[in-house]
Amino acid sequence: MLPPITQVSGRAVHVPGNDIDTDRIIPARFMKCVTFEGLGEYAFYDVRFEQDGTPKPHPVNAPERAGASILISGMNFGCGSSREHAPQALYRHGFRAVVAGSFAEIFFGNCTTLAMPCVTLAEADLAKLAAAVDADPSLEVTVDVQAKEVRYGKMVLSADIPDTAHAALVNGRWDPIGELLEGASNVDQTASRLPYLTNA
Amino acid sequence: MGKSLFEKVWEAHAVRRLSNGQTQLLIGTHLIHEVTSPQAFGMLRDLGLTVKFPHRTFATVDHIVPTDQRQEPFSDPLADGMIKELRRNAQEFGITYFDLASGRQGIVHVVGPEQGITQPGTTIACGDSHTATHGAFGAIAFGIGTTQVRDVLATQTMALSKLKVRRIEVSGSLRPGVYAKDVILHIIKKLGANGGIGYAYEYGGDVFDKMSMEERMTVCNMSIEGGARCGYVNPDEKTYAYLKGRPYSPKDTAWDEAVERWKGFASDPDCTYDDHVVFRAEDIAPSVTWGISPDQGAFIDENIPTFVGLDAAATASLKEALEYMKLAPGTPVKGIPVDVCFIGSCTNGRLSDFREVAAHIRGTKVAPGVKAIAVPGSQIVDQLCRNEGIDQVFTDAGWEWREAGCSMCLAMNPDKLIGDQLCASSSNRNFKGRQGSPTGRTILMSPVMVAAAAIEGKVADAREVFDLALV
Ligand code: SF4
Repeated sequence: MLPPITQVSGRAVHVPGNDIDTDRIIPARFMKCVTFEGLGEYAFYDVRFEQDGTPKPHPVNAPERAGASILISGMNFGCGSSREHAPQALYRHGFRAVVAGSFAEIFFGNCTTLAMPCVTLAEADLAKLAAAVDADPSLEVTVDVQAKEVRYGKMVLSADIPDTAHAALVNGRWDPIGELLEGASNVDQTASRLPYLTNA
Repeated sequence: MGKSLFEKVWEAHAVRRLSNGQTQLLIGTHLIHEVTSPQAFGMLRDLGLTVKFPHRTFATVDHIVPTDQRQEPFSDPLADGMIKELRRNAQEFGITYFDLASGRQGIVHVVGPEQGITQPGTTIACGDSHTATHGAFGAIAFGIGTTQVRDVLATQTMALSKLKVRRIEVSGSLRPGVYAKDVILHIIKKLGANGGIGYAYEYGGDVFDKMSMEERMTVCNMSIEGGARCGYVNPDEKTYAYLKGRPYSPKDTAWDEAVERWKGFASDPDCTYDDHVVFRAEDIAPSVTWGISPDQGAFIDENIPTFVGLDAAATASLKEALEYMKLAPGTPVKGIPVDVCFIGSCTNGRLSDFREVAAHIRGTKVAPGVKAIAVPGSQIVDQLCRNEGIDQVFTDAGWEWREAGCSMCLAMNPDKLIGDQLCASSSNRNFKGRQGSPTGRTILMSPVMVAAAAIEGKVADAREVFDLALV
């Protein structure tokens, strides 16, 4: 079994905005690679750096946010391209959980298989959390996957995560490959009933 | 009670229930390309696994290939490394690979249908979000991440939660000068870029019934821009006619059996949907986007929205979009100056797209100072266009006619915007920096609208430029 992911705690960074797409999380030109190694430094690259490489004022660049492990954003986070380079870049940058208003599906699934939980908060709670994080870079935030909560200071916010992802994370089944391989004989049975798979 | 195509295909391919409640779903056809597969093969090797059904796995190269000069090694060593890696992986694991020399290379979503690999009632996965394109044939086709590419390579299955189904009907007849692209841009504008989360979109009704297979592909292609994981049209006689005689289509007696089977997958008339939306074709006009999300769009005779009456969140997103696009609120979309025009991509890079444009641009010229490139979606599209002299029509009108690939849709090859150039594009995404320059700007539209913009040097109404209303 893989290590269960029940909760993630750490300092947070808030990247405001809705519909932040995977092109923004990792611009396509950094995908010319045959491994995911080293992608962390390119997370949000074009909004973090000028074309000549000088840093722009971006929350992820703020020195007091260095080492933050929880990313907070808005609605429809991770929309667009299915590139796993996006969650890989975030993970390798040091993020271990994402809190948003909603997530695009492919991105959400990609994060779950990386053991990086994505949880959603109601709009008002998300705004509260974002304001608290913006105000205090040293604030410790806990994303409690098991209890479906996000906590900071004395605040306890009720968070949401689909049951399937919840089960996968807390049971240490977030990478499905083992279980998929176990089903090999069932796969062959299903395949044998489908002419387009067997006729070739 | 009847079932939808989605349910029938899902049931036929469901292997078993997994411990987290997801379904282990059999993926009948796996398409791969050079950008999202190398890491998956790496994981496979690390785990000591192999490809379970190499005969159901098909590869091509599209994102990084140059479209001007294709002599290898490519001028970009990273791109060159990627094509070599794909070749190595295809060879080592015995996977069919449509390489540059095959005459069948192209954008994976153009190649699948063209080769007859895409078939009704099947499941398809590809490490690419526009895999929904294949739904035009009544396939359930998912865009997946690289770890899932590994899963499909190793097990021919993936872990998935069942989607809900929303039927989207467009009734009536489209007005002259209104194309499939305008239909899908309208749907996305109305339902939102995240309106489809959790859904498969079933497109049905008069307009989709009348559409050609290539038009249906244009619509299904952009399901993901509406947030839907997949989209499909029920198979019909047009679907079978398109597939007949293609290299991977069933042959002889197997053909008749296949057609019978395919018919059975169509949604039953009495099936129920989780949601149902109806649009009127007559309400749709040529459409363009003006922002940085595909749902930020307008009809060609409309204005960019104003801030009046918007809440804080909507104000912020409009402000962000207009600042990036360097456009003013309340101004007409018609007349926005363009620098570059691009016709191509898996949305609108097929024979019928180029044929339709060619029918209108004879005797015209690209406006001075505008760079216009036409990039066929596959080598076969290129060849078919050449057979009809379409490439010549484009070049005579001042366009560059390129070789097959994704090109300026995402600019992983040398075709890129420079600085804050604005591109009238037949592709599918207008995200910040999408076309290769971090400040480059994209306005999405149909190929014929791109052609009109090329001639006028600004966003224009193709109906006026080409007298389409009179057709
Ligand atoms: S044409 Fe564009 S959207 Fe289509 S597969 Fe290529 S890069 Fe992706």
